[in-house]
Parts: sequence; structure tokens; C-alpha cells
Amino acid sequence: MEPLRPSDHIDSEAPIAQPALGAVGWLRFAWRQLTSMRTALVLLLLLAIAAIPGSLVPQRSADPNGVVQYRRNNPELFEVLDALQVFDTYTSVWFSAIYLLLFVSLIGCIIPRTLHHARALRSAPPKTPARLGRLVGYRATDAPATVEQALDAAHAELRRRRYRVARYGDSLSAERGYLRETGNLIFHMALVGVLATIGFAGGFGYNGQKVLVEDRVFVNQLSSYDSFKPGRFFDDTRLDAFGVRLDEFTPEYGLDTTTGRVQPLDFEAAVTVIANGKEYERVLKVNEPIDIGGTRMYLLGNGFAPVVTVRNADGDVVFREPIPFLPQDSNLTSLGVVKVPDGLRAELGMIGFFYPSALPLDSGALTSIYPEPDQPVLTLNAFTGDLGLDDGVARNAYALDTDDLTQVTGGDTGTDSIVLGVGQSAALPDGLGSVEFSELRRFVSVDFYHDPTQIGVLVSALLILGGLIVSLFVPRRRLWVVASPTDAGVRLEYAGLARGDDPGLEAAVYDFADSHSQRIARTVEA
Amino acid sequence: MDTLVAYSLVAVYSAMGVYSIAFVLFTLDLSKRSAAAADAAVAGTASAAAATSRPAAATAAVGVGRSKGGTTTLDRPIAAGASTRTVDAPIGATRYQKIAVALSLLGWLLHLGAVLTRGIAAERVPWANMFEFGLTATVIGMGTFLGVLLWKDVRYLGAYISGFTLLSLGIVTTNFYVDIVPTPPALQSAWLVIHVLVASLATGFFAIGAGLSIMQLLRSRAAASKAEGLRFVHTLPGASALESLAYRVNVVGFVFWTFTLIAGAIWAERAWGRYWGWDTKEVWTFIIWTLFAGYIHARATRGWRGDRSAWLAIIGFSAVIFNYTIVNLFFKGLHSYSGL
Ligand code: HEM
Repeated sequence: MEPLRPSDHIDSEAPIAQPALGAVGWLRFAWRQLTSMRTALVLLLLLAIAAIPGSLVPQRSADPNGVVQYRRNNPELFEVLDALQVFDTYTSVWFSAIYLLLFVSLIGCIIPRTLHHARALRSAPPKTPARLGRLVGYRATDAPATVEQALDAAHAELRRRRYRVARYGDSLSAERGYLRETGNLIFHMALVGVLATIGFAGGFGYNGQKVLVEDRVFVNQLSSYDSFKPGRFFDDTRLDAFGVRLDEFTPEYGLDTTTGRVQPLDFEAAVTVIANGKEYERVLKVNEPIDIGGTRMYLLGNGFAPVVTVRNADGDVVFREPIPFLPQDSNLTSLGVVKVPDGLRAELGMIGFFYPSALPLDSGALTSIYPEPDQPVLTLNAFTGDLGLDDGVARNAYALDTDDLTQVTGGDTGTDSIVLGVGQSAALPDGLGSVEFSELRRFVSVDFYHDPTQIGVLVSALLILGGLIVSLFVPRRRLWVVASPTDAGVRLEYAGLARGDDPGLEAAVYDFADSHSQRIARTVEA
Repeated sequence: MDTLVAYSLVAVYSAMGVYSIAFVLFTLDLSKRSAAAADAAVAGTASAAAATSRPAAATAAVGVGRSKGGTTTLDRPIAAGASTRTVDAPIGATRYQKIAVALSLLGWLLHLGAVLTRGIAAERVPWANMFEFGLTATVIGMGTFLGVLLWKDVRYLGAYISGFTLLSLGIVTTNFYVDIVPTPPALQSAWLVIHVLVASLATGFFAIGAGLSIMQLLRSRAAASKAEGLRFVHTLPGASALESLAYRVNVVGFVFWTFTLIAGAIWAERAWGRYWGWDTKEVWTFIIWTLFAGYIHARATRGWRGDRSAWLAIIGFSAVIFNYTIVNLFFKGLHSYSGL
């Protein structure tokens, strides 16, 4: 049985002109169009084209800051593109429509093919054609044996080559390579498998980010995350109970002596995982996540977190926190924000730079010349006024909105910026109190992922690869042997036919004929 | 280490020198054989004519099997024992060709030496930045070409492949060169070795496939127009023989590309926590994969086999080049490893 193919497949008969169509006829016609090769092809090409815009403009899912920046730079274009969902290309209506149609077409294509193939697997190879002369690899030889001997030998040889064999009169019809179609079907089904896994299991996953400072413990609950993306079916109870403490972060750097460039060599975070009342020590590295009962923790970034202490006019500590400063360059010049809403006469906000190895430039400004804390310096500009923390609107911890604030040090204020080494402190203006750079710690930024689709997608992907290899490289071919008695023995004719791309067919027929002759010779001798 | 790096560069430049001569000879071969083909045409000998009519004969022979030519329009005429001469025998190829192949091999050994010394000097795999990737991908592309020669005579692609390799080497050494730097933590993974190596293999196969598809288009143009055009084209195998060869090369590339995609996803999971995030580089890997899936379908779709599917293969390979150059250099994304 031929593998079932859409009607516009190169191996199918050209379709006959359609008679007048009723409603059912039209439906059938439409369905046949949707599941045709041409539709699959056009949808595949459309999908390729539709994927392009998402690589040209930043995507909300991968690069939300990029989107904000794009909006700032091109406000008008942004409106148009946003209306077209270009910033969410891969979840947009048009992108989804293309791949959903493609998968409808795919499913419509593989279901009948699978049923057909299941039947083909159980049916015998087709009848021997009347004339072999014009088929691939045709050849005729004479052998000193009876028809029965010759056909028995041919049968044995074909079976050895794993052909399925049927006898029709004095001829054998053989076919092999059903695996080709099996592989093709597995390949296409596994494509559905990828989409289905993501569609169903994807909703149960979540991922969240956390900046973790040395000696601090992270507890896996919603409120601990800095940002959190739940799947559609997520609820709080899905968060496993565990905690993680960052014990120490150790980077290793190398200096390229010719260029003077600093190269990171290795990042290593020693952490303690706290679960089920026990503590486990683990090492977290780039490319080496830690698995905590199905939730994985990844090392993505790192930096310094100076501990800042603020005292009021009476010298009482009103604030003491390690503040993660975000790295701005490869020597870890970092930017950070300190917010002290309570305890002082006025609300206090500070924007500061941290330089691990500070060096003054000619202009008087500082720069960092090495990413390790050889000469750590913290500079701060202070602001007073309303920090806006009480109005219930979520605020970015790394940004200070200075619109409603008054600058009191640095800039045009006439008061110098505060510059502190470790352990140093400085008075705040207007007798507000004082600020101290008490201690230097490090932080790491980590991602937590819980993704129940991983296994399903991996298995599907391997089936895709396996199915593909089988379906592209296993030849499906037919072979015929016709025996007719002659005076001296038997005349044997051989020929083959390819089903699909099969460059080796002719050689296979010749090779078979040779082995067959030898086998006959052996049987006759014996 | 510095001396090794210097040796490596010397080897690259020497390889480029040898490749240039090979390129000139391959081109000379094509132009001389065009003269030969023209002479043959004038003299009315069968050589060129036979080459053109052969695919038609082959199709007719298989047509009987209801396969509508299937993919069995092969490189060999299959009409019962008619001719023993294979279509891919070099028709009218000149002496230059032999020397050019020998020089390509010599150039390739130098090129390979350059890659190996670079790897030894860096104490890691030599494909961690764009310069190294270009160096390695071209050695694999050229190696694939030479390897394919053991199996099929595709020496008529020599000018295309050596020209392409030469151009790529010129661009990477002058524009993308960077000194050896230690592997950044983000690249310290066994997946770098596998993922990038297989991507280069795929690129090599796609390059040859695209070359064959270009020849196929030239060939079918020439057959259709009857006009003179590029004469050497008449000395090539028939369009459908070129097409089925291109197909076989491209599907190998496609299998490697599929593997690249999967290995990339596994690595992305190790490194960033998610196996797929529509990062620009991921997007383009996907686009290329989809284009070649389209190509494979086109080959099996009535009305698309032939020129149209050849165009898809060429567009697919152009996307590979685009992905390596423009996307690496100008598109923003997580994969910023160009080293520039
Ligand atoms: C999700 C989209 C699809 C992708 C990525 C895809 C990919 C592929 C690939 C790579 C092959 C060659 C490997 C093999 O033979 O197994 C192939 C073959 C094939 N596909 Fe698809 N396909 C898709 C959808 C479809 C659809 C919707 C149909 C039905 C119309 C279809 C019908 C076929 C057929 C009949 C073949 C065999 C071609 C031949 O006989 O040489 N595919 N497909």
C-alpha cells in the first residue's frame, strides 16, 4: 500500500476536476485545501516571515526595559507597532493564528495518514507488475536451478534483508522501509507533542527573580520575590517550601596584559539550601543551576551591596541595610538608591555610585579600574521631600523619582557630595543626622524556574530528531523477482521501485541479484 | 602561546594564498570547459546535447512506475543498461580542475592547521568568538566539500566554495579578528562544544546545497531559454540531477540544524533557566529551520519542485549567513559573544 499523501503531493495522482459541489462538498473541499502540501508549505513560510519582526524590536517578555526605551525614543512609531502587537510578536494574534492553522493542518494531515499506515503495516506487498523491463535496475540472468529452488533462495535472501515478501505465481514481490513512513509520522506527531506540552503544562510553571545579599536568607514565597511571573494555572500553594542563604560569592578575574582588559574567569556562589528542616551546602555557578525539588535556581548576575547606616540627629540608628548597587560597566562601577522614609525629620532619598577600585580622574570625578574591592568608595547625593512610598503604588527599588524631592548635597546645591570609604561616616546637611558606609557585602541575582514542560518538550524534541533521521535516510523500496523455467534451468528477472527519495535503489537491486545468484549456487551444490 | 597564535595567523594567510590560486584555476576550468562545450556544440558532437537530454530520458524511464519521476530521476540514466556513463562525470573538465582540487586540499590542511594551533594556544575549542567561529565554520565547509568529492564528483562547485571560503576568511581576519581571551563563564559549558560544532557542520552542508541549487537554477534557465548565457552551464549535470543532489546535501544540513536547535535549547536551559525565550539568535535559528522545513515540503509538492524549491534552499542559506553576520553584530540579544 502506498503511503497516504495529500493530493498535491508529487507522488499523488493529479486530482480530477471537481463536479458541482454541495455544502458538504464545499466543506470537504475546504478541508482538503487546508490539509494540502501547499497550505503546509505556505504556512511554514509565513511563520518564518512572521517571526522576523520580533527580532527587530525588543519584546516585552524578554526585554521589558528595551520596550520602555523604545517607547521613549520613538513615541509615535511605538503606538502603531504596539497596536499591531509587535512588542509581543510571539503571543500576537497573527503569529498565533499562523501556527494554530499550521497545527490544525498538521493534525488533519497525520490522522488519516496514521490510520492508513497502520493498515499498510498489516497488508502484503502489491502484485508484481506485468513487465519489469522498464523499472529501476532491471536485469535478467539465467541460473541452473528449478523455479522453486530459485524462489526459495530469493525468499530467504529478501527476508535476510528484512523485506516483507509475498508470492504471486512464479514471482516474489517484496517491500521494505515501512519505518520511513513511521519515522515521518513520529516526526510530525512529536511537533504536535511540543506544542501540546507547552499549551497544557506551561500554565503550571512560574519563574521569579531575586537579588540575594550575602548572609541573607531567601524564603520561597510570593512576597520574597523581586519580580514574579506565574503561569496561567499557578496558585500560591505550588511554591515549594524552602529557603536559600547566600554564604559567599567569589568571582575570579584575569587581566589581559596586552589590552589591559579585565576578563571574568569564574563566578561561584556558595549557598545553603534550607529544606525539610535540614541545611545543605551547595555551589551555584553560571551554566550550573541547583535543583531544589523541581525548582531550579540559576546564577545570572552579581555585584556589590554596601551596607548603609543612617542615624538621626540624636545618633540613634534609624536605617541599616545592605543596598544592592547595579553594575554599570565591566569594572563594576555601580549605581544604587537608598530610601529612608522614617525616623528622620524629613524623608530621605539618596542616589549613589559605588566604585570597587576607585581612581580620581583629572576632572575630579571617580572611576573604577578593577572589579574587585581594592579601594572601595561610595558617593551619595541626598534628597529630601516626599518619597511617595505611602501612596500604595509599587515603586522600583532601584530608581528614585526626584520630581517631588529637593536635592540637598551634590550638584548645584553648593554642598559637596558625600564620599565615603568603608567604615567612614559623614553628617547629613541641615542637621538631619549622619550616614555611614558600614560594611561591604556582595550580592547575586538569581532566577528561580519551575517548568513542568521540560521533560515533555525534551522527549518530543528527541522524537523529532529520531523520526527525522529515520524518515530521511531509511529507504523505502520495492523489489521484484520473476522466475520462468528454461531448458537449462531458470531465467530470473529483477527490478525495483523507489518510494520517495532513494538514490541507492539501483545498486540495491544489483546487490540483491548477486547475493541471490550466490545463494542459488550454494543450494544447488549442497 | 603568542608564537602559536602567530603561527596560526601565518597558516591562515598561507591557506588564503593557496585558496586564491585554487579559485583562479577552478574559474579557469569553468571558462575553458565552456569553450569546449561551445566547440562541441559547433561541431555537432553529442557531448553537450547528451548532457541536456539525459534527465528527460531518465524521467521517462521511471515515469512508468507511476512515481511521476519521484525522486528517482537519479544521477544515473536508468533506461535498461543504456549507458554506463554517469551524469556526474565531469563533462569537458580541464586539467586545471585537478590542480585546483589538489591546491584546495593543500589550502585546507593549512587552514586546519590554523584552527588547531589557535585551539591549542587558547586551551579550549577554537570557536568562542566570531573570528574563531568563522575560521572553524569555513574549515568545516571546505572539508565537507572535499569529503563530498569522495562520494560525488561536484568539482564544478570548486569555484563557488573556494571563492566563498576565501571571501569569508578575508572578512573574518580583517574585520572580526580578536586576540585570545579566556572563556567567559557564560561560555564554559560542554554544550558550547557540541552546539557550535554541529551548527558549523550544518552551515557547511547548507553552503554546498545552496551552491548546487544555484547551479540548478542556471542549468534550468539555460535549458529553458536556448540563449547562449554562461556556457559552462551546459557542461553541468542536468537540472534534476543537481536538484536531487542538492536535496540530499540539504537534508543532512537540516538534520544537523535540528540538532543545533535542540542542543541550543538544552544549553539555554542550563544557562538561563528557560529552554526557549525568543531571543534574537533563537528567533533566527527557528526561522532558518522553518525555511528548510518549507524547502523539504516544496520538494514534495506539485508545482514547487524545481526552481521554486531551489530558491527556498538559497534563501535558507542566505538566512544562515545573515544570522552569523548581521544578527551577531547588530541585533541586541543575550548571545553577545562576537568578542568585538
Ligand atoms: C508544523 C509544521 C510542519 C513541519 C515543521 C514539517 C516538517 C517536515 C519535515 C522536516 C519533513 C521531512 C522529514 C520527514 O520526511 O519526516 C516533512 C515531510 C512531510 N510533511 Fe511535514 N511538516 C509540517 C507540517 C506538515 C503538514 C501540515 C503536512 C500535511 C499537509 C505535512 C506533510 C508532510 C509530508 C506528506 C511529508 C513527506 C514528504 C515526502 O514525501 O518527501 N507536514 N515535514
